[in-house]
Amino acid sequence: MGTRECNQITSAGEPGPGDGGKTGSWRVLRPVIDPSICIPARKNIAACFICWLYCPDCTITRTIPPTIDYEYCKGCGICAEECPTKAITMVEESGFISEENK
Amino acid sequence: MDVKTTILNLPEEEFVNPGTRACSGCGLGIAYRIALKALGKNTILVVPPSCLTVLQGLYPIASTKLACINVTFASTAAAASGILAALDVLGKKDITVVGFAGDGGTSDIGLQALSGAAERGENFIYICYDNEGYMNTGVQRSGTTPEGAFTTNTPIFGKTQPQKNVPAIMAAHNIQYVATCSSAYPLDLYDKIKKAKELQGTKYIHIHTPCPPGWGFDPKDTVRVGKLAVETGIFDLYEIECGGFRLTGASAKLIEKRKLRPASEYFRAQSRFKIMSDGLIKKIQEQIDARWEAHFEAED
Amino acid sequence: MHTIESGNTAAALGVKLARAQVIAAYPITPQTPLTEKLSEFIESGQMKAAYIPVESEHSALAVCIAASTAGARAFTATSANGLLYMHEQLHWAAGARLPIVMCVVNRGVGAPWTVWNDQQDSISQRDTGWIQIYINDHQEIIDTTIKAFRIAEEVNIPVMVCYDGYILSHTYMPFDVPDQKSVDRFLPPYKPENCLDPNAPTNLNSVTLPDVRTNIRGELAHGYMELRYLLQEDLRKSIDVITTIEQDYKKIFNRGEGACLEEYRCEDASFIAVGMGSLAFHLRVAADALRKEGIKVGVVGIRLYRPFPDEAVSFALSKADGVIVFEKAISYGYMGPLCSDITSALYKDANPPFVHNYILGIGGRTIKTDALIDAIRNSCSRPEGSDTADSLRWIGLKI
Repeated sequence: MGTRECNQITSAGEPGPGDGGKTGSWRVLRPVIDPSICIPARKNIAACFICWLYCPDCTITRTIPPTIDYEYCKGCGICAEECPTKAITMVEESGFISEENK
Repeated sequence: MDVKTTILNLPEEEFVNPGTRACSGCGLGIAYRIALKALGKNTILVVPPSCLTVLQGLYPIASTKLACINVTFASTAAAASGILAALDVLGKKDITVVGFAGDGGTSDIGLQALSGAAERGENFIYICYDNEGYMNTGVQRSGTTPEGAFTTNTPIFGKTQPQKNVPAIMAAHNIQYVATCSSAYPLDLYDKIKKAKELQGTKYIHIHTPCPPGWGFDPKDTVRVGKLAVETGIFDLYEIECGGFRLTGASAKLIEKRKLRPASEYFRAQSRFKIMSDGLIKKIQEQIDARWEAHFEAED
Repeated sequence: MHTIESGNTAAALGVKLARAQVIAAYPITPQTPLTEKLSEFIESGQMKAAYIPVESEHSALAVCIAASTAGARAFTATSANGLLYMHEQLHWAAGARLPIVMCVVNRGVGAPWTVWNDQQDSISQRDTGWIQIYINDHQEIIDTTIKAFRIAEEVNIPVMVCYDGYILSHTYMPFDVPDQKSVDRFLPPYKPENCLDPNAPTNLNSVTLPDVRTNIRGELAHGYMELRYLLQEDLRKSIDVITTIEQDYKKIFNRGEGACLEEYRCEDASFIAVGMGSLAFHLRVAADALRKEGIKVGVVGIRLYRPFPDEAVSFALSKADGVIVFEKAISYGYMGPLCSDITSALYKDANPPFVHNYILGIGGRTIKTDALIDAIRNSCSRPEGSDTADSLRWIGLKI
């Protein structure tokens, strides 16, 4: 079966995630948020959210607590570096891979 | 600047999908995401070949959620002019037209069309994200690569010419609005683009976007390096509105503090400056000091 | 309405009647009066369009590409080095499948500089995927410009309307200007399928991969090769579309014949001279003279050059004993491109006519009727060794 049904005459991309695949697979280190240190999490108020502000890949939500989409998070570490309370730690991805494979 | 957006009232909606092909820690990733929040849905983007072309996605998937046309390298500003003309003739109002190009596509190959569009006073926003080199094709030197920097075609001597000052070139066109921003200061970036959106005429925004692989630093340091550029006075955050110059944000704060960090801190943070001579570092520090002396004097 | 005007004005009138909406142009001799006329139409309110005085030809076509993508009917015009400057954009417009119309006022290309007419500029762009039509007189200039928009918008392929610089652009001829109402009936407003629309956002002309790939719904989408194949397929199909549109035009305006080519005294011709543009008419004078000498010469004026109407060409020429192709362009290193194309179209014939190639008029070198007559007479007598590519002859050369 060919692409005739595609019906497009020039390239026109439609919006959707994962153009680069599941970019979570790029990670060597994974950011982990400690809710007992994270300001919005421990105070239960909308505050800080610097990790959300700086994430280059839209994988952090501005929620209480902030959540990270590990399917796409590339593990750049900006969130951990910029977190004012050091609530985010970069942890070896390999530990999680063996956990997820169990 | 009167409007000062905070993290809490920055719009939450994302106009970029996750899972792009941008490098881990990409400075453009931050700038693009925030810029699109300021631009909103009623926008048409014009994008020439650059890192952004790749970030926006390969057919048939688009990471960007905005309408976009990809164009040839030299023609960003001309294409934007064409869209404006079409929208006007078709009576389609309230659509913001934005050219979003890299430094190569702006200061080098794209300069002619940009100058033409500015001279015609085309009513669009031209955003140049400046990672100081042709990074998408593998770190070749561009007009905005800083003097002394390693690039793949200045591998031993480093770039021997100084940086092209594109915001100054655009200001000389007497356009409506010129502003410089940085990925490291997203709220300042957001406010400036929002402001540009409300103005009529040609608006030029120049964003300093640190590039981990091209500049030689760990991806986690993207924001730190961006901040160092401003705190050392190497990259100034300012706006020029109808000819009136004003420092903003963290650069304006330096006027109060009267103290800049030494430029060498910025150079030491990136391996592309490893080949820089002490003499050149000294020369650049003197240039920065002279420029900031003038800023301090203007303030007094 | 009848008028006596220049070829450039004829083109401008055609663009006005076609209700082009976005015009971008950069001045270059001998196109300038065309765009000047359009500026006049727009500034005087006769034409509701945007005119963008761009800073280069590359930008002119960039404006048209973007405007067309945003849903406006776009037009530009240029010549020679201006066309060459746009070359990258020519490929782009065709690949992006945009119905842009461009008038090319044919002029020779540098180096060295020339401002006079030959057809090297547009002929050298024949591989870009644009439809190319070469026209002979002012009536055809205005008619074909109007038809070009209809053709382009029906097949989603840009169209180049080519006419000779100075010889047609700057000379005055009588012609009929169609009335706006009839043109509106023939050419409805432009309604594009794929449009830049913030309410239905797509990322247009994004990078494609060598191989096919699934889209967000898991369906198979084209690879680069499929998209380019579609351009070729639609170009070949457009020959029929162009013929039909020609017939539609005739029904309304009572003019127009031979969308692909025009024949003159070919019914019983033993030898057929072939040319494009104003040369095709000039050859008729030579043919008439030779007929008086008893040599049965006919003339075929090729109008549609790309897509190459090989079937029509083969049908028109194969019954002759000899075909003599006159060209104002050359594919350097080989022969005249039109002659190449004709020879290959005739190849499948069981008993093809001989094909001779003459290059003339390069850089505006005057073409004398006597020289045409001598060349045709010479070819008809088929001198020794006159059939191979190296026997390519130049007329009017003074080296």
